[in-house]
Amino acid sequence: MTALRRYPVLLALCLAALLMVVPFLIVTMNAVKSPAEYSQNGPLSLPHGLYLDGLRDFWQRVDYTRKLVNSTLISGSVAVLATGLSVLNAYAIGIGRIRGRTWVLAFFVLANLLPQESLVYPLYYLSKEAGLYDTRLSVIIVFTVIQSAFGTYLLSAVLGQFPREIIEAARIDGANKWQILVRIVVPVSRPTLGVLLVFFFVWTWNEFLLPLVMLISNDNQTVSVALGVLQGQRLMDATMTNAAALLGVLPAVVFFLVFQRTLTRGIAVGAVK
Amino acid sequence: MRVRRDSYALFLLPGAVAFLAVVVVPFLMNTGVSFTDWQGVGGPHWSGLANYRELLHDTEFWASFRHSLFMVLAMAVVPTALGLLLAAALFDYVGKHFGTRIAAVLRACFYLPQVLPVAVAGIVWSWILAPDNGSLNALLKAVGLGSWQQDWLGDPDLALYTVMGVLVWVQLGFPLVVFMAGLGRVDPQLYEAAELDGAGWWRRFRHITLPQLRPEVYVVLTWCTIAALKVFGAVYVLTKGGPGGATDVPSYFSFTTFFEKTQVGYGSAISTVLTVVVLALAVLGLRLQNRAEVV
Repeated sequence: MTALRRYPVLLALCLAALLMVVPFLIVTMNAVKSPAEYSQNGPLSLPHGLYLDGLRDFWQRVDYTRKLVNSTLISGSVAVLATGLSVLNAYAIGIGRIRGRTWVLAFFVLANLLPQESLVYPLYYLSKEAGLYDTRLSVIIVFTVIQSAFGTYLLSAVLGQFPREIIEAARIDGANKWQILVRIVVPVSRPTLGVLLVFFFVWTWNEFLLPLVMLISNDNQTVSVALGVLQGQRLMDATMTNAAALLGVLPAVVFFLVFQRTLTRGIAVGAVK
Repeated sequence: MRVRRDSYALFLLPGAVAFLAVVVVPFLMNTGVSFTDWQGVGGPHWSGLANYRELLHDTEFWASFRHSLFMVLAMAVVPTALGLLLAAALFDYVGKHFGTRIAAVLRACFYLPQVLPVAVAGIVWSWILAPDNGSLNALLKAVGLGSWQQDWLGDPDLALYTVMGVLVWVQLGFPLVVFMAGLGRVDPQLYEAAELDGAGWWRRFRHITLPQLRPEVYVVLTWCTIAALKVFGAVYVLTKGGPGGATDVPSYFSFTTFFEKTQVGYGSAISTVLTVVVLALAVLGLRLQNRAEVV
């Protein structure tokens, strides 16, 4: 194949890729424009300088630090707890091979697919009854369970392939089940657990429906909910919308750059398992 | 031996309790409430199948499920088809002739929207698509296509297609990454042999890429179809189901019925129907996957 025929395809692919990232670029470009500049030159002109007051105003107005702390706290806790719960479940299913494990596994698969719409009102009602409504703890509990459905499913498949000889050897050496889990199974499965941690963190960060319902006070809201609610109220002008968009995009881009390898590898593993 | 085996069940205990409290009980409550007339306060009144009978005649309900079909098109069918083409082009073409690095960078660009919270994606796009001074309209004007400017999200005839476009953008990275990973396990000799035999790119795509990726295609289609039926955040942020219900979907419809109209019984019926549809599709999808893996 000649180079002449090769380059147009590469060019088309690059253009398509550019089209995917253009929204990010254009948001960044406009978030550093002053309102006057924006209204005069429109959204397509290059910014004349770095105007950061819009971002600063927005940051203070929505108390963005607090939202970041909330999101980090909730997503971090869920990532750790849900991975822990997944390990326990998968240990019983994948290595313990408990009776009826096929059905138990089927239950987790279905729980994972269940639309949150069919849980949202009872969860809202029950959390009110339990005095947990509008607390970050309620969201942590709910997502620990929801995310671990996927984790159990994935880890059970991985642990099902775990070399039995290692476990037998440890048992002969007198290790009990708990010791085998903590000292052997967990360390050996560290790569998969890493994938789960990253996935649960990013997924929980991005969750919208349940946090929207459960967290109504400003002090408890996550980044996604706070920005989504603001947008839903249709009260933001162009500059503010841009600031909101950029501040919402930035953490995602950071996660993406930090976790890119884990994310892309993990997706492949998760889909094929 | 049997006793020893089953004591592993203890490790399942925390999970069992947690799932009972957060998934099983709420799910049963929701199903139960769907047979009642309840406003969220006081006691629910048993009303049998009344909610479901009402659903049958509710045009809003049918419209929301009709829109779901469009969402399946935008989130499952189109991204899978585009993802296959892009994955094959990046793997069998760019990767081969220009190096895997360039392929990886391009893949990253396509995948980026996937890590974005859907609420944020909604803010980005509703700003770009704003009727006055939005970037898309400004761009059309700048290149002399001013007459093509639209109120992209505010026109009832257009809003659904606009939302679909945004969802394709959001979703495309997922199939692409899965398919590229799948191609990684295909024996490269297959491609080399085909190339030696003079098979062009399109024939290699049809006769090697597609059959080899069949399991991945089923997985992706199943996952994405289910995601499409559940789509909520994008609709909430972009259009709130409007204008005039033009982009309403079942999850958003049940959400407003629960929390704005506080017709909890009716909302539960909507979400129960959605659940039945999702689970039926899931079972069907898993069956097709299993068959694809056996073949």
